[in-house]
Amino acid sequence: MRYSGLKVITEGLFGHKGWKPVWRNPDPKPAYDAIIIGGGGHGLSTAYYLAKNHGLRNIAVLEKGYLGSGNIGRNTTIVRANYFIPGNSEFYSHSLKLWEKLEGELNYNVMHSQRGQVVLFHSDGQRDLAARRGNAIVNQGDDAEFMTREDLREEFPYLDYEQTRFPIYGGLMQRRAGTARHDAVAWGYARASDQLGVDLIQNCEVTGMDVEGGRVVGVQTTRGAIKAAKVGIVVAGRSSQVAAMAGLKLPIESHVMQAFVTEGLKPVIDSVISFGMGHFYISQSDKGGLVFGGDLDFYASYAARGNLPMLEHVMEAGMTLMPMIGRAKILRTWGGIMDMTPDGSPIIDKTLIEGLFLDAGWNYGGFKAVPASGWCMAHLMATGQSHEVAARFRLDRFRLGQIIDEEGTGSQHNLH
Amino acid sequence: MRIDGKGLIDRTKPVKFQFDGRSYGGYRGDTLASALLANDVTLVGRSFKYHRPRGVLTAGSEEPNALVEIIGAKNQTPNVRATVQEVFEGLKARSQNRWPTLKYDVMAINDVLSPFFSAGFYYKTFMWPRAFWEGLYEPLIRRAAGLGSLSGRHDEGLYEKAYAFCDLLVIGSGPAGLMAALTAARSGADVILAEEEARLGGRIVADDAVIGGMAGAAWVDTAKAELDAMPNVRIMTRTTIVGAYDHGTYGALERVGLHLPARANLPRECFWRIVASRAILAAGALERSIAFPMNDRPGIMMAGAMRSYLNRFGVTTGKRVTFFANNDSARAAARQLMKAGVSVAAIIDSRPDAPLEEDCIVHAGSQVVDTRGRHALRQITVRKGSEVIEIETDTLGVSGGWNPSLHLTCHMNGRPIWSEDLAAFVPSAGAIPGMVAAGAANGTYSTHGCLAAGQVAAVEALAALDIRATTQPLPDAEDAPYRHAPLWTVAGKGRAWLDLGNDVTTKDIALSAQENFSSVEHMKRYTTQGMAPDQGKSSNVAALAVLADATGRSIPETGTTTYRPPFVPVSIAALGAGGRGMGFAPQRFLTSDQASRDRGAPMIEAGLWYRPSYFPKPGETTWRESCDREVRMVRQAVGIADVSTLGKIDIQGVDAARFLDFVYANTFSTLPVGKVRYGLMLREDGFVLDDGTTARLGENHYLMTTTTAAAGLVMRHLDFVHQAFCADWQVRFISVTEGWAQFAVAGPQARSLVNSFLEVPADLPFMGTSPVRVGGVEGRLFRISFSGEEGYEIAVPTRFGEALFRDLVARAETMGGGPYGMEALNVLRIEKGLITHAEIHGRVTAFDIGMDKMISAKKDCIGKASATRPGLLGAEREQMVGLKVGGEIGLVAGAYLFAHGDAVKRETSQGYVTSACWSPVMGQWLGLGFVKNGRARFGEKMRLVDHMRDVDLVVEICDPVFHDPTGGKLRA
Amino acid sequence: MRLTCPLCGSRDRREFYYYGSEDYLNRPASDAGPEAWDHYLHLRDNPAGVTKDLWYHELGCSQWLLVTRNTVTHEVLATELVADRKGAAR
Repeated sequence: MRYSGLKVITEGLFGHKGWKPVWRNPDPKPAYDAIIIGGGGHGLSTAYYLAKNHGLRNIAVLEKGYLGSGNIGRNTTIVRANYFIPGNSEFYSHSLKLWEKLEGELNYNVMHSQRGQVVLFHSDGQRDLAARRGNAIVNQGDDAEFMTREDLREEFPYLDYEQTRFPIYGGLMQRRAGTARHDAVAWGYARASDQLGVDLIQNCEVTGMDVEGGRVVGVQTTRGAIKAAKVGIVVAGRSSQVAAMAGLKLPIESHVMQAFVTEGLKPVIDSVISFGMGHFYISQSDKGGLVFGGDLDFYASYAARGNLPMLEHVMEAGMTLMPMIGRAKILRTWGGIMDMTPDGSPIIDKTLIEGLFLDAGWNYGGFKAVPASGWCMAHLMATGQSHEVAARFRLDRFRLGQIIDEEGTGSQHNLH
Repeated sequence: MRIDGKGLIDRTKPVKFQFDGRSYGGYRGDTLASALLANDVTLVGRSFKYHRPRGVLTAGSEEPNALVEIIGAKNQTPNVRATVQEVFEGLKARSQNRWPTLKYDVMAINDVLSPFFSAGFYYKTFMWPRAFWEGLYEPLIRRAAGLGSLSGRHDEGLYEKAYAFCDLLVIGSGPAGLMAALTAARSGADVILAEEEARLGGRIVADDAVIGGMAGAAWVDTAKAELDAMPNVRIMTRTTIVGAYDHGTYGALERVGLHLPARANLPRECFWRIVASRAILAAGALERSIAFPMNDRPGIMMAGAMRSYLNRFGVTTGKRVTFFANNDSARAAARQLMKAGVSVAAIIDSRPDAPLEEDCIVHAGSQVVDTRGRHALRQITVRKGSEVIEIETDTLGVSGGWNPSLHLTCHMNGRPIWSEDLAAFVPSAGAIPGMVAAGAANGTYSTHGCLAAGQVAAVEALAALDIRATTQPLPDAEDAPYRHAPLWTVAGKGRAWLDLGNDVTTKDIALSAQENFSSVEHMKRYTTQGMAPDQGKSSNVAALAVLADATGRSIPETGTTTYRPPFVPVSIAALGAGGRGMGFAPQRFLTSDQASRDRGAPMIEAGLWYRPSYFPKPGETTWRESCDREVRMVRQAVGIADVSTLGKIDIQGVDAARFLDFVYANTFSTLPVGKVRYGLMLREDGFVLDDGTTARLGENHYLMTTTTAAAGLVMRHLDFVHQAFCADWQVRFISVTEGWAQFAVAGPQARSLVNSFLEVPADLPFMGTSPVRVGGVEGRLFRISFSGEEGYEIAVPTRFGEALFRDLVARAETMGGGPYGMEALNVLRIEKGLITHAEIHGRVTAFDIGMDKMISAKKDCIGKASATRPGLLGAEREQMVGLKVGGEIGLVAGAYLFAHGDAVKRETSQGYVTSACWSPVMGQWLGLGFVKNGRARFGEKMRLVDHMRDVDLVVEICDPVFHDPTGGKLRA
Repeated sequence: MRLTCPLCGSRDRREFYYYGSEDYLNRPASDAGPEAWDHYLHLRDNPAGVTKDLWYHELGCSQWLLVTRNTVTHEVLATELVADRKGAAR
């Protein structure tokens, strides 16, 4: 079924009786050509591109809970391509290009909105770093522009330019950055995958990995054994547990990161704004809520909930940067579990076990990566070769010292 | 309408307030909702999506409809619950999400178009043409969405944060909470009793329950008096416990000044972190509605809320009242209203065996199937078997049963448990360690049951606290069973609302099931059920029941409902109290701060410190003029700079040398006493952590300096290395950064300046140190330089810093010198090729900066093993180089470098610039940067491109040491 | 969130700095080879359950603590001083 404005109107006139299920509820088959463990954003996009780009149709996505139950529905919905280390630059650049065509590709309105993101800087040193970042972005072929304090004043008059602890010197703006409706991304990919024949199997937890002679041959699940010669682990947040089923130990530590949303408000913040001196970034959703986040709670956790210290820090940062939001009320706070790697960059690679592939370590940058992650993971699973924009996301780069450390904070998992 | 003789408002204190520009009267003790209802104002808001007229539904913080803006002198507060906001003299409130007026709202067109605005319709359309999404559709959606509005002006209000500690936190002061607090307090425990409302009592006062033969309010007053008299009790009213966090920490919001006219120094709110050894959740229960057709009109409200308005505020909401219920609790409301003289037209009870004891018409086994009235309820349609009855009524009280207020028990991922008996979720025991639920919050609904449960919970908590419990006999109270028959929806033609806040109807849930969004989480996310300001407090359970029905599953099979913090929305300003303006981070000031400001130096942020940028002289109009003069001054005469921000760590012990050898890449055990050495510190992953100089003051005594930025990080690192790997070594260290003020004296005249104030002239070699006496004070002198000139650093105890700085500057000025700031300091160090964290930015190795030879082969050190990883070595790595260019156009840090003739793109980049300056002495632009295989490329010309600042020029790669490459000046 | 410092007692989480897994205590010899260092610096069991990790009482006594806790419930089972444990000596 194709979605369109006309379809919405006709269904409206006839009581919405014609809307079909967005996806089937298939029972697992005994064997598939390829299995993707994890029905989150990355797993679903991997399935979609495996089917779409590589013609694999006999594939399944196994999801422990419901589709999109992981971090795809627990983030601050920001889409951007403003990295500056080779490896990240080309990958996120590719992802942003896929985002720009996603609605048409999926026939699903994921509400991708290029409302721009500005990252503020607050010292001469930060200005130099922002310049380097901006230059790297433009060298990559994406857009970035410097905004002076005066430019900012005009576009964001509500920031505190007068009495904030760390004065605003300027900002680095990426106009093509923005936001998208997070759940819709999962649903869009799920629906499109299902239409290409992918079996999306919910409430199906993988409990074991069948490996014979160094090759993966299938998985054990709560809904029985399923055979497959290719298995992709795409379960950021639980990567260590699933990899351990195959005897693998990953360079990952799990951390919780909180996010926040206020009650609905009339439009007041148009772009995404990121503070440079504390952990705070904010946007306003189409529903009117201010959506914002900060940093990790900083201790290893699988609890998907946070504590007050980081929450309060984020609010304090908001109050020093834009005190006009003071009277907006926090409606809901939540936490997601992040795969933190020792350099802050992800992994899309083969493993030591033949046929077993890994897409993990998204730190807290996974949402914007969803299209390219699936694109590259599908390429890897189908061809056995890394896609060129993900060629540096290797598992052995830590041992070899070929790290991609955007923050420059070193091999401590929670500092990225 | 106000009823004489009823309510707990203070009728001797009338207040005037405004709603939508019209003045009304109320009394102290009224909420905005009760005062509006007393004035027969029933239309108070417009719904989120369809802009339908809405009235007050509840009498508490769970209100989904009656959200208003409170207008202050400078600012407005959106989305304030009229059911919580107390009236005060001069209060101004305004309805929201309507234009131009509440009664005539243009956006009500959405209601007409509602057939097209089904759940999730926006995912299926607005995709063509693509450019229209951002250009047209989305802006329209954004403008239509949202509820209240912010002013866009800074919130100038005063907010506070505080900590509190107690043995027992009692959450809620209804019968269970009060009895728990009394029992614990009488036994001697430190008790905090938190109550969301302005007065204690919860449903005791709302229901006017009789306890111990006394009227509810009187019994509550007696209990309050007893608690007030005990020093171990703190009663916190207007305080909502909003979140349960790890290890007994609770977040609480106190509405300190929101019920009073604004005045100076009156905080609006205070956010508390309460640390409690034990807690009792006695938050009561919330009444739920029934999803019958057209159940959203103003005048349709919760039966229990009608009872609250009557007993607490002396207000009835109508002249001709009806009830629709599936349980007995609406009956009590009807009885009390009739007793107060209100006409009850009928009670529609869905239970075929409903009791018929009331003195009014009771339609047993009946349902409300339709309602009428555009801006206020006018008529309801009742179906009783095959009979259809139309009843004129202006208020319909609804009760679909009660849901325990178990929200806090979900905050640590606890999942509530379905109770068939109650047809409701109840808390799972132990969901929050240290907290138990008691009373209605735990599914016990009778007053007697609540009193007993409160006492039992307190006794349990006391046992856990190791306090002997003192109990008294419970007072008598009503102990009726909870008689109900589940009823979630009523079939009919019209829409039946579940989530009034987000305009979610039963049809939306059915559509979501039809489209296979049949997991409860999918349903919630697809329909937005439970995402509105009330977070589904009154509708989530019913929505789950509807979904269960639509998918042919039982409620427990369908799923559960959970709640995330906060229990009620909390203002960002309260959670971020103290962060506003300069409060966001501490400010660290140098001892020379005032002296620098006296000279007009702009003070700039350096981490938490403030340092002088430059010291302007009369006639200088730009920072560059001052900076250039200061650089020349240091190169030609002498300059003074405050360098106290550098971290200083005093290290002592017989193993101090061994320890330094371990934490530094190079060796310190060989350093003679009285000498200083540059040290390079690596992270364990082989990259550069920090650099600085360390002096050996005695055989077993070193003084380490760190960069300003890494002072805390290095201290933490040293503590770790010591405690984790060599705890038995005889070495101790402490940060003395705050203890010493230290000044650089640099330039050809530095030695004569230093000797002019030393009691005994120093004759230090380069990199020498000795104790000195300065004006009778013991100080330390180091002959070190960060400028490339002969340089000294003189340190004195902090309290003498300002005096010494002023003295040094005065002496320098007699020699043609003076103070210099951060700008000049930066130029001087770039000229000399010295690095800062601009260069050692965390991705740089000793090899990259040409210092790999410093990693001693003779010993292990932190980072040594990792530094040999293949990725950290080799010609492909970018190595530090100098850059220079003549002419007017400047070098800029952050630019990238490209080989001559290459296209400008990521793949061809050869490196980048980290630092840049104009060298007034050399008359050209200088820079430091990193270039692939750079050390082998000195003399090569490269193209420098900075898109951000439109710079495109040719620079020469060179050795990074521009000034005095042989170091002759340093050693002079 | 609170931790009990063996020296200072029950303290708010704000006083502590978090480093990571106890793996950081088992520093290999400098010639142990790349695999050993990879394990030391990067690879983690990362259990969903009981773990031991390192916290620094930065705004307190400057002691590093080895904390036994549950990463799913956040329950703290034990805290001890890193310096007191066997193997802290070199």
